[in-house]
Amino acid sequence: MPLAKRIIPCLDVDQGRVVKGVNFVGIRDAGDPVEIAKRYNDAGADEITFLDITASHEQRDTTYRTVEQIASQVFIPLTVGGGVRAVDDIRRLLNAGADKVSINTAAIFNPELVRESADRFGSQCIVVAMDVKSLADGSGRYELFTHGGRKPTGLEAVAWAQKMADYGAGEILLTSMDRDGTKDGYDLAITRAISDAVAVPVIASGGVGTLDHLVDGFKIGGADAVLAASIFHFGTYTVRQAKDHIANAGIRMRR
Amino acid sequence: MAQTVAVIDYGMGNLHSVESALRRAGADDVVVTADRARILEADRVVFPGVGAIRDCMSEFRRLGCDVTLQNVIERETPVLAICVGMQSLMTRSDENGGVSCLGLIDGCVTRFPAHHKDSDETPLKVPHMGWNQVSQVVTHPLWADIADNAYFYFVHSFFVPTSDCDAVFGTFDYGVQGCAALARKNVFATQFHPEKSHDNGLKLLSNFLRWDGTC
Repeated sequence: MPLAKRIIPCLDVDQGRVVKGVNFVGIRDAGDPVEIAKRYNDAGADEITFLDITASHEQRDTTYRTVEQIASQVFIPLTVGGGVRAVDDIRRLLNAGADKVSINTAAIFNPELVRESADRFGSQCIVVAMDVKSLADGSGRYELFTHGGRKPTGLEAVAWAQKMADYGAGEILLTSMDRDGTKDGYDLAITRAISDAVAVPVIASGGVGTLDHLVDGFKIGGADAVLAASIFHFGTYTVRQAKDHIANAGIRMRR
Repeated sequence: MAQTVAVIDYGMGNLHSVESALRRAGADDVVVTADRARILEADRVVFPGVGAIRDCMSEFRRLGCDVTLQNVIERETPVLAICVGMQSLMTRSDENGGVSCLGLIDGCVTRFPAHHKDSDETPLKVPHMGWNQVSQVVTHPLWADIADNAYFYFVHSFFVPTSDCDAVFGTFDYGVQGCAALARKNVFATQFHPEKSHDNGLKLLSNFLRWDGTC
């Protein structure tokens, strides 16, 4: 039997504080990543992703401390990404209690980092994050971008995903920069293309506005997991509602 | 009565999650150590494991933990082995070109087949990483108050086939039937990670903390 599909709430954290806001009923400190992670753990999330967007590398000690605190309160897998540049960053995050580490820009500038860290720590803890945009040339192709979708890399998305899987990535976190923040749903075409092209799990991200978008991510996009931030943060839907809705659509969920 | 749980630390990765989960499950005193005396005097012992089994076995033996664990088992102290810890109890593993393990439970560890597929031809990814259901094929005190077919979190590329072992207490289905839990006398072992398995995992750990070591 295939595994249960996963729902992954994502926290964007800057200098130890959650940004983009969280609006839960009864939460004491909406900026505290530890409290929010704990809340998602209790709500039945299958995994939590913590994305560190702290600009300065010097303030990374705050990140390690936050990861340690989350890991001591959360009893589901924890993925940490953002600003990972070297094998030593990965080692420190794993030692702080991350189960997986997500590599984005550094994989583009130094693909060997993916190979080296997968050899060293195992593919199961190496996630490669990809930010993609559809090309406006009508080719149906997608390009990889850096810097929050501002800088093109010239790299084609499907080939990049295959290369990263070959280098030892254990999972691909795919974000559509066209859809991110739109609430129009995942970009299902690229999600499907990459899911079909690689043997490792694909996490769909960017654009969720409704619970049907989550179902589409699995059924049409072929994703193994769906990542969402705002629909959960702003209390539009609970994780439980999302799971019930997806399970009613005939998809295996852990409940 | 306060009791001490020793988590055997043989230098293979972060044991923070196991320690935190044991505390959350109600353990008063958790020590993470490779020290023989501290492990022997503990009321319960947890044998975790991550990474490649060859490295695990060689560090475990180099630190003398193999002899310590053998003594712990002889003293009838309750033991919980997790993931590679469980695999280490077996006769041997095919990983890393073949590794001789502790031989405390009969059976071999083998890799999921290449191009692994489900019975309906759906390709199954390896590692087996994520949430899967565990069928409680034999009752055991550690299953108390956990529903049959409850979900637990797995991360592994090698497994013990159920056909190869006579100590099976829980199974998973992932194209093949694998051992999710094994038990023999005062030892209980899980392929899944209770420390990452949310409420079901914490319940299993709290059952372990109350277990008298008999089946």
